[in-house]
Amino acid sequence: MAVILELKNVSVTFGHRMVLEDISFAVEEGEDVAIIGPNGSGKTVLLKTILGLIPHEGQVIWRPGATAGYVPQKIEADRSVPLNVRNLLESKAAIIGKGEKEIAEVVGRVGLTELMLTTQVGHLSGGQFQRALIAFALLGDPDVVLFDEPTASMDEPGEEQMYALIDRLQAEMGLTVLVVSHDISFVHRHAAKVLCLNHSGLCFGPPHGVLTPELLSKLFDGTTLYGHTHS
Amino acid sequence: MTAASILAVLLGLSAALVSGLVGSFALMKRMTLAGDVISHLALPGLGLAFLWHFPPLAGAAATLFIGIVLIDQLQRRGGLVPESAIGVVFVAALAVGTLVTPTEDLIDALFGGFGAITTTGFVLGILGCAVVAITIFVLRHKLILGIFSPDLARSLRIKLDRANFLYLCAFGLTVLLGLQFLGALLVGAMIIVPPAVARRLAGTLDRFLILSSLISMAAVGLGFAISARWHLPLGPTIVAVASVLFVMSLIKQTPGLKGHVA
Repeated sequence: MAVILELKNVSVTFGHRMVLEDISFAVEEGEDVAIIGPNGSGKTVLLKTILGLIPHEGQVIWRPGATAGYVPQKIEADRSVPLNVRNLLESKAAIIGKGEKEIAEVVGRVGLTELMLTTQVGHLSGGQFQRALIAFALLGDPDVVLFDEPTASMDEPGEEQMYALIDRLQAEMGLTVLVVSHDISFVHRHAAKVLCLNHSGLCFGPPHGVLTPELLSKLFDGTTLYGHTHS
Repeated sequence: MTAASILAVLLGLSAALVSGLVGSFALMKRMTLAGDVISHLALPGLGLAFLWHFPPLAGAAATLFIGIVLIDQLQRRGGLVPESAIGVVFVAALAVGTLVTPTEDLIDALFGGFGAITTTGFVLGILGCAVVAITIFVLRHKLILGIFSPDLARSLRIKLDRANFLYLCAFGLTVLLGLQFLGALLVGAMIIVPPAVARRLAGTLDRFLILSSLISMAAVGLGFAISARWHLPLGPTIVAVASVLFVMSLIKQTPGLKGHVA
Protein backbone atom coordinates (compact mmCIF):
# COMPACT_ATOMS: atom_id res chain seq x y z
CA MET A 1 0.00 0.00 0.00
CA ALA A 2 1.18 3.54 -0.73
CA VAL A 3 1.94 5.99 2.03
CA ILE A 4 -0.72 8.72 2.26
CA LEU A 5 0.66 10.67 5.22
CA GLU A 6 4.12 10.85 6.70
CA LEU A 7 5.50 12.81 9.62
CA LYS A 8 9.25 13.37 9.79
CA ASN A 9 10.81 14.68 13.00
CA VAL A 10 7.80 16.84 13.88
CA SER A 11 8.16 19.00 17.01
CA VAL A 12 5.82 21.60 18.45
CA THR A 13 6.64 24.07 21.20
CA PHE A 14 4.24 26.40 23.01
CA GLY A 15 6.41 29.15 24.50
CA HIS A 16 9.20 27.24 26.24
CA ARG A 17 7.19 24.04 26.60
CA MET A 18 7.88 21.17 24.21
CA VAL A 19 4.46 19.61 23.46
CA LEU A 20 5.53 17.26 20.67
CA GLU A 21 9.10 16.09 20.32
CA ASP A 22 10.58 14.53 17.22
CA ILE A 23 7.54 12.52 16.06
CA SER A 24 8.03 10.36 12.97
CA PHE A 25 5.64 7.81 11.50
CA ALA A 26 3.96 6.94 8.19
CA VAL A 27 0.36 5.98 7.48
CA GLU A 28 -0.58 3.81 4.51
CA GLU A 29 -3.74 4.22 2.45
CA GLY A 30 -6.79 2.58 4.02
CA GLU A 31 -5.03 2.00 7.36
CA ASP A 32 -6.68 2.45 10.72
CA VAL A 33 -4.21 4.08 13.11
CA ALA A 34 -4.98 4.65 16.79
CA ILE A 35 -3.19 7.32 18.79
CA ILE A 36 -3.07 6.66 22.52
CA GLY A 37 -1.54 8.49 25.43
CA PRO A 38 -2.41 10.04 28.79
CA ASN A 39 -4.24 13.36 29.16
CA GLY A 40 -2.09 16.27 28.10
CA SER A 41 0.29 14.08 26.11
CA GLY A 42 -0.16 16.10 22.91
CA LYS A 43 -2.70 13.91 21.06
CA THR A 44 -4.98 16.77 20.00
CA VAL A 45 -1.98 18.96 19.20
CA LEU A 46 -0.68 16.17 16.96
CA LEU A 47 -3.96 16.00 15.00
CA LYS A 48 -4.05 19.77 14.63
CA THR A 49 -0.42 19.77 13.50
CA ILE A 50 -1.21 17.13 10.88
CA LEU A 51 -4.05 19.37 9.66
CA GLY A 52 -1.72 22.35 9.38
CA LEU A 53 -3.41 24.32 12.19
CA ILE A 54 -0.34 24.62 14.42
CA PRO A 55 3.14 25.90 13.49
CA HIS A 56 5.73 23.15 13.83
CA GLU A 57 9.23 22.03 13.06
CA GLY A 58 9.86 19.01 10.85
CA GLN A 59 7.74 17.84 7.95
CA VAL A 60 4.11 16.74 7.53
CA ILE A 61 3.98 15.19 4.07
CA TRP A 62 0.64 14.36 2.45
CA ARG A 63 0.33 12.31 -0.72
CA PRO A 64 -0.27 14.94 -3.43
CA GLY A 65 -4.00 15.66 -3.78
CA ALA A 66 -4.95 13.87 -0.55
CA THR A 67 -7.78 15.50 1.42
CA ALA A 68 -8.58 15.25 5.11
CA GLY A 69 -11.71 15.51 7.25
CA TYR A 70 -11.51 16.38 10.93
CA VAL A 71 -13.82 15.36 13.77
CA PRO A 72 -12.76 17.48 16.76
CA GLN A 73 -13.16 16.20 20.29
CA LYS A 74 -15.32 18.93 21.67
CA ILE A 75 -17.00 22.01 20.36
CA GLU A 76 -18.85 24.10 22.87
CA ALA A 77 -21.82 24.81 20.64
CA ASP A 78 -23.16 28.21 21.56
CA ARG A 79 -26.87 27.94 22.37
CA SER A 80 -27.45 31.57 21.49
CA VAL A 81 -26.40 30.95 17.89
CA PRO A 82 -29.24 29.86 15.59
CA LEU A 83 -27.11 27.57 13.42
CA ASN A 84 -28.34 24.09 12.56
CA VAL A 85 -26.49 21.14 11.07
CA ARG A 86 -27.87 21.89 7.60
CA ASN A 87 -26.42 25.45 7.74
CA LEU A 88 -23.00 24.01 8.56
CA LEU A 89 -23.13 21.36 5.84
CA GLU A 90 -24.30 23.94 3.29
CA SER A 91 -21.51 26.34 4.25
CA LYS A 92 -18.85 23.64 3.92
CA ALA A 93 -20.38 22.45 0.63
CA ALA A 94 -20.24 26.02 -0.73
CA ILE A 95 -16.60 26.40 0.28
CA ILE A 96 -15.36 23.11 -1.17
CA GLY A 97 -17.56 23.38 -4.27
CA LYS A 98 -20.06 20.61 -3.51
CA GLY A 99 -23.85 20.66 -3.57
CA GLU A 100 -27.13 19.18 -2.31
CA LYS A 101 -26.36 15.74 -3.75
CA GLU A 102 -23.20 15.34 -1.69
CA ILE A 103 -24.92 16.68 1.42
CA ALA A 104 -27.74 14.12 1.03
CA GLU A 105 -25.12 11.40 0.60
CA VAL A 106 -23.25 12.07 3.86
CA VAL A 107 -26.50 12.62 5.75
CA GLY A 108 -27.62 9.16 4.61
CA ARG A 109 -24.28 7.53 5.42
CA VAL A 110 -24.16 8.81 8.96
CA GLY A 111 -27.89 8.42 9.60
CA LEU A 112 -28.90 11.99 10.39
CA THR A 113 -32.66 12.57 10.42
CA GLU A 114 -34.36 15.66 9.02
CA LEU A 115 -35.15 16.69 12.60
CA MET A 116 -31.47 16.50 13.56
CA LEU A 117 -30.53 18.53 10.48
CA THR A 118 -32.89 21.34 11.39
CA THR A 119 -32.18 21.40 15.12
CA GLN A 120 -29.87 24.08 16.46
CA VAL A 121 -26.44 22.56 17.04
CA GLY A 122 -26.50 23.69 20.67
CA HIS A 123 -29.60 21.56 21.30
CA LEU A 124 -28.37 18.23 19.92
CA SER A 125 -27.45 15.42 22.31
CA GLY A 126 -23.79 14.35 22.54
CA GLY A 127 -24.22 11.38 20.20
CA GLN A 128 -26.23 13.35 17.65
CA PHE A 129 -23.68 16.15 17.72
CA GLN A 130 -20.88 13.67 17.12
CA ARG A 131 -22.72 12.20 14.12
CA ALA A 132 -23.23 15.69 12.75
CA LEU A 133 -19.49 16.37 13.09
CA ILE A 134 -18.73 13.12 11.26
CA ALA A 135 -21.14 14.04 8.44
CA PHE A 136 -19.37 17.41 8.26
CA ALA A 137 -15.96 15.72 8.05
CA LEU A 138 -17.11 13.24 5.38
CA LEU A 139 -18.62 15.89 3.10
CA GLY A 140 -16.30 16.21 0.12
CA ASP A 141 -15.26 12.54 0.28
CA PRO A 142 -11.90 12.95 2.08
CA ASP A 143 -9.16 10.33 1.82
CA VAL A 144 -8.22 10.55 5.50
CA VAL A 145 -10.42 11.28 8.53
CA LEU A 146 -8.94 12.33 11.86
CA PHE A 147 -11.11 11.56 14.89
CA ASP A 148 -10.25 13.16 18.23
CA GLU A 149 -11.70 10.92 20.95
CA PRO A 150 -14.99 10.28 19.14
CA THR A 151 -16.46 8.49 22.14
CA ALA A 152 -15.53 11.01 24.85
CA SER A 153 -18.50 11.55 27.17
CA MET A 154 -20.45 8.61 25.70
CA ASP A 155 -21.81 5.60 27.56
CA GLU A 156 -20.70 2.08 26.59
CA PRO A 157 -23.47 1.27 24.05
CA GLY A 158 -22.88 4.70 22.49
CA GLU A 159 -19.17 3.94 22.22
CA GLU A 160 -19.81 0.61 20.51
CA GLN A 161 -22.19 2.25 18.03
CA MET A 162 -19.67 4.96 17.29
CA TYR A 163 -16.84 2.49 16.65
CA ALA A 164 -19.17 0.36 14.50
CA LEU A 165 -20.03 3.48 12.49
CA ILE A 166 -16.35 4.34 12.01
CA ASP A 167 -15.64 0.74 10.90
CA ARG A 168 -18.54 0.77 8.46
CA LEU A 169 -17.55 4.13 6.98
CA GLN A 170 -13.99 2.96 6.59
CA ALA A 171 -15.10 -0.18 4.76
CA GLU A 172 -17.64 1.62 2.56
CA MET A 173 -15.51 4.62 1.64
CA GLY A 174 -12.02 3.11 1.78
CA LEU A 175 -11.02 5.75 4.31
CA THR A 176 -7.71 6.06 6.04
CA VAL A 177 -8.52 6.69 9.69
CA LEU A 178 -6.55 8.21 12.56
CA VAL A 179 -8.37 7.89 15.87
CA VAL A 180 -7.28 9.36 19.17
CA SER A 181 -8.50 7.00 21.86
CA HIS A 182 -8.12 6.25 25.54
CA ASP A 183 -9.59 2.82 25.09
CA ILE A 184 -6.94 0.10 24.79
CA SER A 185 -9.51 -2.63 24.00
CA PHE A 186 -10.71 -0.55 21.04
CA VAL A 187 -7.16 -0.21 19.86
CA HIS A 188 -6.67 -3.99 19.94
CA ARG A 189 -9.95 -4.73 18.18
CA HIS A 190 -9.96 -2.06 15.49
CA ALA A 191 -6.59 -0.51 14.83
CA ALA A 192 -4.02 -1.88 12.40
CA LYS A 193 -1.35 0.26 14.01
CA VAL A 194 -1.01 2.26 17.17
CA LEU A 195 1.06 5.33 17.99
CA CYS A 196 1.87 5.70 21.68
CA LEU A 197 2.33 9.33 22.50
CA ASN A 198 3.61 11.09 25.58
CA HIS A 199 5.02 14.24 24.02
CA SER A 200 7.43 12.04 22.11
CA GLY A 201 6.47 8.88 20.22
CA LEU A 202 7.04 5.86 22.47
CA CYS A 203 5.88 3.21 20.01
CA PHE A 204 4.47 2.77 16.53
CA GLY A 205 3.34 -0.52 15.01
CA PRO A 206 0.67 -3.24 15.20
CA PRO A 207 -0.94 -3.15 18.69
CA HIS A 208 -0.21 -6.80 19.46
CA GLY A 209 3.45 -6.30 18.74
CA VAL A 210 4.12 -3.00 20.45
CA LEU A 211 1.62 -2.64 23.34
CA THR A 212 3.51 -4.53 26.02
CA PRO A 213 2.49 -4.11 29.68
CA GLU A 214 5.84 -2.43 30.35
CA LEU A 215 5.31 0.09 27.57
CA LEU A 216 1.75 0.87 28.71
CA SER A 217 2.95 1.35 32.24
CA LYS A 218 5.67 3.71 30.99
CA LEU A 219 3.22 5.50 28.69
CA PHE A 220 0.58 6.10 31.32
CA ASP A 221 3.04 6.46 34.18
CA GLY A 222 1.48 3.66 36.18
CA THR A 223 -2.08 5.05 36.07
CA THR A 224 -4.99 2.64 35.61
CA LEU A 225 -6.54 2.40 32.17
CA TYR A 226 -10.04 1.59 31.19
CA GLY A 227 -10.36 -1.22 28.70
CA HIS A 228 -8.08 -4.22 29.05
CA THR A 229 -4.77 -5.28 27.68
CA HIS A 230 -4.49 -8.46 25.67
CA SER A 231 -2.13 -11.10 26.82
CA MET B 1 -41.55 66.22 3.02
CA THR B 2 -38.60 67.91 1.33
CA ALA B 3 -36.43 66.11 -1.21
CA ALA B 4 -33.59 66.10 1.34
CA SER B 5 -35.71 64.46 3.99
CA ILE B 6 -36.92 61.79 1.53
CA LEU B 7 -33.28 61.02 0.71
CA ALA B 8 -32.52 60.90 4.43
CA VAL B 9 -35.33 58.39 5.06
CA LEU B 10 -34.31 56.21 2.11
CA LEU B 11 -30.66 56.21 3.15
CA GLY B 12 -31.64 55.57 6.77
CA LEU B 13 -33.73 52.53 5.78
CA SER B 14 -30.95 51.14 3.56
CA ALA B 15 -28.39 51.59 6.32
CA ALA B 16 -30.83 49.91 8.73
CA LEU B 17 -31.17 46.91 6.41
CA VAL B 18 -27.42 46.29 6.29
CA SER B 19 -26.88 47.08 9.97
CA GLY B 20 -29.36 44.29 10.77
CA LEU B 21 -27.24 41.87 8.75
CA VAL B 22 -23.91 43.04 10.16
CA GLY B 23 -25.33 43.05 13.69
CA SER B 24 -26.64 39.49 13.36
CA PHE B 25 -23.14 38.25 12.67
CA ALA B 26 -21.75 40.44 15.48
CA LEU B 27 -24.20 38.77 17.88
CA MET B 28 -23.26 35.28 16.69
CA LYS B 29 -19.55 36.17 16.89
CA ARG B 30 -20.15 37.47 20.44
CA MET B 31 -18.52 40.75 19.57
CA THR B 32 -21.34 43.21 20.00
CA LEU B 33 -19.48 45.04 22.74
CA ALA B 34 -16.20 45.12 20.82
CA GLY B 35 -18.28 46.47 17.93
CA ASP B 36 -19.76 49.14 20.15
CA VAL B 37 -16.24 50.22 21.05
CA ILE B 38 -15.35 50.49 17.36
CA SER B 39 -18.36 52.76 16.85
CA HIS B 40 -17.23 55.04 19.69
CA LEU B 41 -13.91 55.47 17.95
CA ALA B 42 -15.76 57.60 15.43
CA LEU B 43 -16.03 60.35 18.07
CA PRO B 44 -12.42 61.59 18.08
CA GLY B 45 -12.55 61.67 14.27
CA LEU B 46 -15.77 63.66 14.27
CA GLY B 47 -14.32 66.03 16.87
CA LEU B 48 -11.15 66.68 14.90
CA ALA B 49 -13.20 67.21 11.72
CA PHE B 50 -15.40 69.80 13.46
CA LEU B 51 -12.31 71.44 14.93
CA TRP B 52 -10.40 71.67 11.65
CA HIS B 53 -13.45 72.14 9.40
CA PHE B 54 -13.25 69.13 7.13
CA PRO B 55 -16.10 66.70 6.37
CA PRO B 56 -17.10 65.01 9.66
CA LEU B 57 -17.57 61.57 8.07
CA ALA B 58 -14.05 61.68 6.60
CA GLY B 59 -12.65 62.26 10.08
CA ALA B 60 -14.83 59.50 11.51
CA ALA B 61 -13.75 57.10 8.74
CA ALA B 62 -10.09 57.67 9.59
CA THR B 63 -10.41 56.99 13.32
CA LEU B 64 -12.85 54.13 12.71
CA PHE B 65 -10.26 52.42 10.53
CA ILE B 66 -7.64 52.80 13.25
CA GLY B 67 -10.17 51.31 15.68
CA ILE B 68 -10.83 48.35 13.41
CA VAL B 69 -7.15 47.53 13.06
CA LEU B 70 -6.71 47.87 16.83
CA ILE B 71 -9.67 45.66 17.78
CA ASP B 72 -8.73 43.13 15.09
CA GLN B 73 -5.24 42.79 16.51
CA LEU B 74 -6.51 42.56 20.09
CA GLN B 75 -9.08 39.91 19.20
CA ARG B 76 -6.47 37.75 17.49
CA ARG B 77 -4.64 37.47 20.78
CA GLY B 78 -7.70 36.35 22.77
CA GLY B 79 -8.01 36.06 26.55
CA LEU B 80 -8.54 38.57 29.31
CA VAL B 81 -5.89 41.14 28.48
CA PRO B 82 -7.52 42.12 25.15
CA GLU B 83 -10.88 42.48 26.93
CA SER B 84 -9.43 45.03 29.33
CA ALA B 85 -7.53 46.64 26.46
CA ILE B 86 -10.77 46.99 24.49
CA GLY B 87 -12.34 48.57 27.58
CA VAL B 88 -9.48 51.04 27.83
CA VAL B 89 -9.77 51.89 24.12
CA PHE B 90 -13.49 52.52 24.66
CA VAL B 91 -13.13 55.04 27.49
CA ALA B 92 -10.06 56.65 25.94
CA ALA B 93 -11.95 57.22 22.65
CA LEU B 94 -14.87 58.82 24.47
CA ALA B 95 -12.62 61.02 26.61
CA VAL B 96 -10.33 62.16 23.79
CA GLY B 97 -13.29 62.61 21.47
CA THR B 98 -15.12 64.77 24.00
CA LEU B 99 -12.00 66.86 24.64
CA VAL B 100 -11.28 67.59 20.98
CA THR B 101 -14.89 68.17 19.87
CA PRO B 102 -15.91 71.85 20.01
CA THR B 103 -18.61 72.23 22.69
CA GLU B 104 -21.27 73.52 20.28
CA ASP B 105 -20.84 70.41 18.07
CA LEU B 106 -20.56 67.86 20.88
CA ILE B 107 -24.27 66.98 21.15
CA ASP B 108 -24.55 66.46 17.38
CA ALA B 109 -21.39 64.34 17.33
CA LEU B 110 -22.65 62.21 20.21
CA PHE B 111 -26.30 61.88 19.21
CA GLY B 112 -26.36 62.55 15.45
CA GLY B 113 -28.11 65.12 13.30
CA PHE B 114 -25.08 66.96 11.95
CA GLY B 115 -25.54 68.26 8.37
CA ALA B 116 -28.31 67.58 5.84
CA ILE B 117 -28.07 64.72 3.35
CA THR B 118 -26.77 65.95 -0.03
CA THR B 119 -27.38 64.09 -3.30
CA THR B 120 -23.71 63.10 -3.41
CA GLY B 121 -23.88 61.95 0.21
CA PHE B 122 -26.98 59.91 -0.63
CA VAL B 123 -25.37 58.19 -3.63
CA LEU B 124 -22.20 57.43 -1.64
CA GLY B 125 -24.33 56.14 1.23
CA ILE B 126 -26.32 53.77 -1.01
CA LEU B 127 -23.06 52.56 -2.55
CA GLY B 128 -21.71 51.98 0.97
CA CYS B 129 -24.80 49.92 1.83
CA ALA B 130 -24.30 47.82 -1.30
CA VAL B 131 -20.64 47.20 -0.43
CA VAL B 132 -21.59 46.06 3.09
CA ALA B 133 -24.37 43.77 1.82
CA ILE B 134 -22.12 42.20 -0.83
CA THR B 135 -19.25 41.74 1.66
CA ILE B 136 -21.50 39.91 4.13
CA PHE B 137 -23.04 37.81 1.33
CA VAL B 138 -19.64 36.75 0.04
CA LEU B 139 -18.19 36.09 3.52
CA ARG B 140 -21.24 34.36 5.00
CA HIS B 141 -20.12 30.74 4.71
CA LYS B 142 -16.66 31.49 6.09
CA LEU B 143 -18.09 33.52 8.96
CA ILE B 144 -20.62 30.80 9.80
CA LEU B 145 -17.96 28.08 9.97
CA GLY B 146 -15.64 30.39 11.91
CA ILE B 147 -18.41 31.05 14.43
CA PHE B 148 -19.10 27.33 14.83
CA SER B 149 -15.46 26.27 15.15
CA PRO B 150 -12.37 28.26 14.15
CA ASP B 151 -10.33 25.03 13.98
CA LEU B 152 -12.79 23.34 11.63
CA ALA B 153 -12.89 26.45 9.46
CA ARG B 154 -9.10 26.60 9.30
CA SER B 155 -8.91 22.86 8.55
CA LEU B 156 -10.82 23.72 5.35
CA ARG B 157 -8.07 26.21 4.46
CA ILE B 158 -10.35 29.16 5.20
CA LYS B 159 -8.26 32.27 5.91
CA LEU B 160 -10.24 33.17 8.99
CA ASP B 161 -8.16 36.16 10.05
CA ARG B 162 -8.71 37.77 6.66
CA ALA B 163 -12.45 37.00 6.69
CA ASN B 164 -12.76 38.48 10.19
CA PHE B 165 -10.85 41.61 9.20
CA LEU B 166 -13.05 42.13 6.12
CA TYR B 167 -16.09 41.63 8.34
CA LEU B 168 -14.77 44.31 10.72
CA CYS B 169 -14.32 46.66 7.76
CA ALA B 170 -17.96 46.06 6.76
CA PHE B 171 -18.85 46.75 10.40
CA GLY B 172 -16.93 50.04 10.33
CA LEU B 173 -18.61 51.08 7.09
CA THR B 174 -22.01 50.33 8.63
CA VAL B 175 -21.13 52.52 11.61
CA LEU B 176 -20.16 55.28 9.21
CA LEU B 177 -23.48 54.93 7.38
CA GLY B 178 -25.47 55.34 10.58
CA LEU B 179 -23.30 58.03 12.14
CA GLN B 180 -25.05 61.02 10.62
CA PHE B 181 -28.43 59.86 11.96
CA LEU B 182 -27.45 58.42 15.31
CA GLY B 183 -24.15 59.97 16.41
CA ALA B 184 -21.11 58.23 17.83
CA LEU B 185 -22.74 57.31 21.12
CA LEU B 186 -25.88 55.67 19.73
CA VAL B 187 -24.80 54.27 16.37
CA GLY B 188 -23.73 50.99 17.96
CA ALA B 189 -27.27 50.51 19.24
CA MET B 190 -28.66 49.86 15.77
CA ILE B 191 -26.10 47.09 15.31
CA ILE B 192 -26.82 45.58 18.74
CA VAL B 193 -30.54 45.97 19.44
CA PRO B 194 -32.33 44.67 16.28
CA PRO B 195 -30.39 41.36 16.23
CA ALA B 196 -31.09 40.97 19.96
CA VAL B 197 -34.83 41.31 19.19
CA ALA B 198 -34.61 39.00 16.16
CA ARG B 199 -32.73 36.36 18.14
CA ARG B 200 -35.60 36.14 20.58
CA LEU B 201 -38.12 35.67 17.78
CA ALA B 202 -36.29 33.51 15.21
CA GLY B 203 -35.19 29.88 15.50
CA THR B 204 -33.35 29.53 12.19
CA LEU B 205 -30.46 31.41 10.62
CA ASP B 206 -32.44 32.66 7.61
CA ARG B 207 -35.28 33.99 9.74
CA PHE B 208 -32.81 35.54 12.16
CA LEU B 209 -31.06 37.50 9.41
CA ILE B 210 -34.29 38.61 7.71
CA LEU B 211 -36.04 39.57 10.97
CA SER B 212 -33.00 41.44 12.20
CA SER B 213 -32.97 43.62 9.08
CA LEU B 214 -36.76 44.12 9.14
CA ILE B 215 -36.74 45.13 12.82
CA SER B 216 -33.88 47.53 12.18
CA MET B 217 -35.80 49.10 9.28
CA ALA B 218 -38.98 49.30 11.36
CA ALA B 219 -37.12 51.10 14.15
CA VAL B 220 -35.59 53.58 11.71
CA GLY B 221 -38.87 54.14 9.82
CA LEU B 222 -40.89 54.63 13.00
CA GLY B 223 -38.10 56.74 14.48
CA PHE B 224 -38.19 59.11 11.50
CA ALA B 225 -42.00 59.38 11.70
CA ILE B 226 -42.12 59.96 15.47
CA SER B 227 -39.25 62.44 15.52
CA ALA B 228 -40.86 64.46 12.66
CA ARG B 229 -44.33 64.39 14.23
CA TRP B 230 -43.26 65.42 17.74
CA HIS B 231 -40.06 67.31 16.85
CA LEU B 232 -37.84 64.94 18.80
CA PRO B 233 -34.13 64.37 18.09
CA LEU B 234 -33.86 61.61 15.48
CA GLY B 235 -31.05 59.41 16.87
CA PRO B 236 -32.40 58.91 20.39
CA THR B 237 -35.93 58.40 18.98
CA ILE B 238 -34.77 55.58 16.67
CA VAL B 239 -32.85 53.85 19.48
CA ALA B 240 -35.79 54.30 21.87
CA VAL B 241 -38.14 52.63 19.32
CA ALA B 242 -35.66 49.75 18.88
CA SER B 243 -35.46 49.37 22.66
CA VAL B 244 -39.26 49.28 22.95
CA LEU B 245 -39.30 46.52 20.29
CA PHE B 246 -36.76 44.61 22.40
CA VAL B 247 -38.91 44.92 25.53
CA MET B 248 -41.93 43.70 23.52
CA SER B 249 -39.89 40.71 22.30
CA LEU B 250 -39.31 39.66 25.92
CA ILE B 251 -42.98 38.64 26.06
CA LYS B 252 -42.19 35.73 23.75
CA GLN B 253 -40.28 32.75 25.08
CA THR B 254 -37.00 32.17 23.26
CA PRO B 255 -37.59 29.36 20.74
CA GLY B 256 -36.02 26.00 21.36
CA LEU B 257 -34.09 26.80 24.52
CA LYS B 258 -35.56 23.78 26.25
CA GLY B 259 -34.76 20.11 25.86
CA HIS B 260 -33.06 17.95 23.28
CA VAL B 261 -34.20 16.27 20.11
CA ALA B 262 -35.84 12.97 20.92
